[in-house]
Amino acid sequence: MATEPARKGAKIEIAGLRKVFETPRGSVEAISTIDLQIKPGEFFCIVGPSGCGKSTLLRILAGLEKQSAGTISVDSAGWPVENAMVFQESGLFPWMSVEENVGFGLMTRGVSPAERAPRVEAAMRLVGLSQFRRHFPHQLSGGMRQRGAIARAFVTDPAVLYMDEPFAALDAQNRTILQEELIRIWETTRKTVVYITHSIDEALFLGDRIAVMTAHPGRIKEILDVPFPHPRNLMALSVTPTFGELKLKIWHVLEEEVNRARATEDAV
Amino acid sequence: MSMNEAAKQIRQERLLYLLSPIGLLVLWQLAIMAGLGDRRFVPAPSDIVERFWLLCVSGELPWDTVVTLWRIVAGFLVGAIPGVALGLAMAMWRSVRIIVDPLIAALFPIPKLALMPLILLAFGFGETSKVVVVAIGAFFPVIVNAYAGAANIEKIYIDVARNYGATPWIMFAKVVFYGALPLIFAGLRVALAISFIIGTAAEFIAAKSGIGYLIWSSWELLQVDAMFVGIVTIGLLGVITSTLFVEVERKVIPWKAP
Repeated sequence: MATEPARKGAKIEIAGLRKVFETPRGSVEAISTIDLQIKPGEFFCIVGPSGCGKSTLLRILAGLEKQSAGTISVDSAGWPVENAMVFQESGLFPWMSVEENVGFGLMTRGVSPAERAPRVEAAMRLVGLSQFRRHFPHQLSGGMRQRGAIARAFVTDPAVLYMDEPFAALDAQNRTILQEELIRIWETTRKTVVYITHSIDEALFLGDRIAVMTAHPGRIKEILDVPFPHPRNLMALSVTPTFGELKLKIWHVLEEEVNRARATEDAV
Repeated sequence: MSMNEAAKQIRQERLLYLLSPIGLLVLWQLAIMAGLGDRRFVPAPSDIVERFWLLCVSGELPWDTVVTLWRIVAGFLVGAIPGVALGLAMAMWRSVRIIVDPLIAALFPIPKLALMPLILLAFGFGETSKVVVVAIGAFFPVIVNAYAGAANIEKIYIDVARNYGATPWIMFAKVVFYGALPLIFAGLRVALAISFIIGTAAEFIAAKSGIGYLIWSSWELLQVDAMFVGIVTIGLLGVITSTLFVEVERKVIPWKAP
């Protein structure tokens, strides 16, 4: 990242996306018709009740699963790396040092070790892991592992970053710190980020727009704009009246779906 | 203070750990010296130590040890290396699994020593037959563990590798292989113990040298103390190799939390 100007994020267009899982007991519709445009360099958050298919949506976008119908086009002309994903569990390989883990996405793309080193160094410095380069993941705390996963994603300079509840497993303080760090990194790199969370606060802290998904099968119920300017100070933001109003508004949209999700769960 | 107490406790536990075997040996010695049991059939520990020394000095025991170790190590390697390779291949390619799976199911439960006559027919009475029977014994636990290790890698590691565009070779060499290593080592440990069992037993039936032969020929000559020397030597070799093995494992899998 340090060696070349970071490129801005790509535009994503999703049209008529559907996902049906075939199970022995019949087909289950996980996602029913999603149409969505995500702007270049946008931080786009998706909230929704458990089991609404938001993770499935992200896995399809990241190319880890195939959609049943519909198209996804990512305007990432000239990018060597289209997307990088950060998972809820860091997914750092336990058998690689922090350094090797961060460089993994460059290694798979055939970047030479000499060219890799300064980029890995810069990415580790970005997330404060430089002194831990030779550590194995089991020697790090949960928050540090997640920092490693973020560095591994950013180092490839992707057109789009997909993040699936990356901080959900962390304690509250660590989560806030990592949210602050992520928004700083994003403010300087302006990658397109699609970020899944179940926390309204987190979506408001980080997002430019927030999509609320319906209960199963998942659709986009409503998209809200987040008016907070950048650079953001998350803690200061959280005590503004606008924050509270938006939080309540999103909760009302979400509440109905959470109740529906619970009702269908009880019925099953 | 508390560190010292903890260290003291560990020392005490170690002493207690040695107390029961040593106590047993002392009781044994005293019982024989008191005239319990026929010394020709049940030697005293002191007799065994004496015979151990004599066999060492004559060069018989060192030579037998070298011969047995060579057969066991060679057989272990000849069996384990293809076991690892084929087990990983089973996890990588469905077709390999479909071909190999029924063979494992059919051949694994056969006592490998039951194959000894066949192996003698095929390879003759030389060193090859012993190496082959040990190799067959070592092969199965390794292939089963290598396959299980590679097939049960946590899905997230596969997802991450795919997301970062890993080629099949990188997927294999940097992800599947390392992910399977802890279970491969578990398989190798079992295979090493089995190699010892089969190696010595094969020497009972089909050898004119080695620790197994020493035990068996002593039985035929009714030299019970020499029999015990052979048994104890095998036990010691087992302890030494498994200790070495743990060290190797620690070097090869440094990421495995102790």
